[in-house]
Amino acid sequence: MKLYAKLFGAAIPVVLLTACASTQESTLPDSTSGSQGDSSFGAETLPVQGGSGFQGSPLDDPNSLLSKRVIYFEFDRAEVKPDQRAIIEAHAQYLAANRNVRVVLQGHTDERGSREYNMGLGERRANAVRSMMTLQGASASQIDTVSFGEERPVAMGQDEASWSQNRRVEIVYR
Amino acid sequence: MKKLRRILFLMLCIVAGTNAHAVLRIEITQGAGSARPIAVVPFGVEGGATLPEDVAAVISADLQRSGRFAPLAVRDMLSRPQDSSQINFKDWRVLSMDNLVIGRVRPVGDGYEVRFQLFDVLRQAPLNGMTLRTNAANLRRTAHQIADIIYETLLGEPGAFATRIAYVTETSGGDGVRRYSLEVADSDGYNPRPVLNSKQPLMSPAWSPDGNRLAYVSFEANAPAIYVQNINTGARERIANFPGLNSAPAWSPDGSRLAIVLSKDGSPDIYVYDMASRNLQQVVRGLAIDTEPAWFPDGRVIYFTSDRGGKPQIYKVTLATGQTERVTFTGGYNARAAVSPNGKYLATVNGGDRGFNIAVMELATGAVRVLTQGGRDESPSFAPNGSMLIYATKEGARGFLSVVSVDGRVRSRLVLEGGQAREAVWSPYLK
Repeated sequence: MKLYAKLFGAAIPVVLLTACASTQESTLPDSTSGSQGDSSFGAETLPVQGGSGFQGSPLDDPNSLLSKRVIYFEFDRAEVKPDQRAIIEAHAQYLAANRNVRVVLQGHTDERGSREYNMGLGERRANAVRSMMTLQGASASQIDTVSFGEERPVAMGQDEASWSQNRRVEIVYR
Repeated sequence: MKKLRRILFLMLCIVAGTNAHAVLRIEITQGAGSARPIAVVPFGVEGGATLPEDVAAVISADLQRSGRFAPLAVRDMLSRPQDSSQINFKDWRVLSMDNLVIGRVRPVGDGYEVRFQLFDVLRQAPLNGMTLRTNAANLRRTAHQIADIIYETLLGEPGAFATRIAYVTETSGGDGVRRYSLEVADSDGYNPRPVLNSKQPLMSPAWSPDGNRLAYVSFEANAPAIYVQNINTGARERIANFPGLNSAPAWSPDGSRLAIVLSKDGSPDIYVYDMASRNLQQVVRGLAIDTEPAWFPDGRVIYFTSDRGGKPQIYKVTLATGQTERVTFTGGYNARAAVSPNGKYLATVNGGDRGFNIAVMELATGAVRVLTQGGRDESPSFAPNGSMLIYATKEGARGFLSVVSVDGRVRSRLVLEGGQAREAVWSPYLK
């Protein structure tokens, strides 16, 4: 319950983002059915549960931005793309609201270029995500970074479709 | 020439087939134009014994791989002398051979005595000859040593065939789990053996100048750390395990220091670690990615990759003054420098319109020649005599190793069966 109380501040933007992402989601407080939530909760927290019918940690809610754990990048770049910001912000706010929660940001690159340079590039990407998270209220002490360079691709093809999946930072909750 | 190449290829396949431990395959992918014609006659075997290796074939393959020699196919030989008294020099003059190598192997006790002679065909004169003691396990190494002697006798510079390579392999088991291995093999890819296995990535192996130790990066603790391992005993030590990157180890030419990359202060910077005192000195700093140190042979200058100018290029730092200077200007991307043992050339991964290829720059003039056309080539490493480079390349999803002569004329491929091979580094001369 404490967790939900702490989420209070983070819930509103999550709800808004969820509403933007999917028109199917109802965010009306009164649509709640059989909620097991504490009735003393503020109305603001209920739509998340009620909207998706999901109960449990918001990290596991498939309809929450928090379920997105991968940030993608352009070739040889470490700047966060505008369309990736909302995901980082959602995680940052979750971390800000849950000071005992820690993450590891794993930076990765595609296979092009030299391996050790890519180690540096992967780290720079992880640091870029960390900076954005701390600006959004997460504490630096909650965030570790590690670079795997090009050593751990998720897609094995040799084309932009694969490379674009490999240029990433993975947010891993501990 | 084409026929010769095909024959040699077949010959090499047969050699590979007879060696149960050979998992790397050599293919001559490009012939030599003006290489020196030489005939290495199959060695005689006394007492009708069957040898575990075809000594002459190993020597021929070595010489061909260097790009400096064009060995004659055995089936084109008009005669097969095993002793100087059996040589008819006319047979070799007719075939335009400059040089002839003959030899005999004699079983002695548990081992062999290998005798060879090298001749100048035109002058009909012996140039060198020797008898070497060996055993079954070391017969290939003896053949590489003979190739080295022939190379040095005819070219006046040492051969680098009796050396080793270290490289990283990645295999995917039936369980879908990736496995990484640091392997050491002969310079022709034979006799591979793992010196480290891990379920986490391994990278950036570097030979100590005495050839006994390898420094490398292992992710076995879920973050990169630098280790130094004695490859003879397996004993190893963790050298660097700071927060952030611990990466790209490079031995100083005298083996006393290790240039390494650490990002503990925010961005990858180059440090020099003293092996004896364990003192750590920062030599390159700044917000850019500074990585991939490579020592100049005098031990006073380190070349490195930096993107301080926007894109990765090679720079150098003079250790005494800390002064840095940009070195590469050809191509939009240059990284992973390797300095040739004589200090005359700098090999890089050169990126441009044709992808990433291996380029060699003459340091005195700045002249750049792109040696490879794979488009996904990386990790160049010079042979200790500077005559050849080993590098990693890919075709489709397959990663393998290639050797290219420094003039770019001969390439051979070392293919690992059922897995990826990459990041090969050539050992120093071995005692």
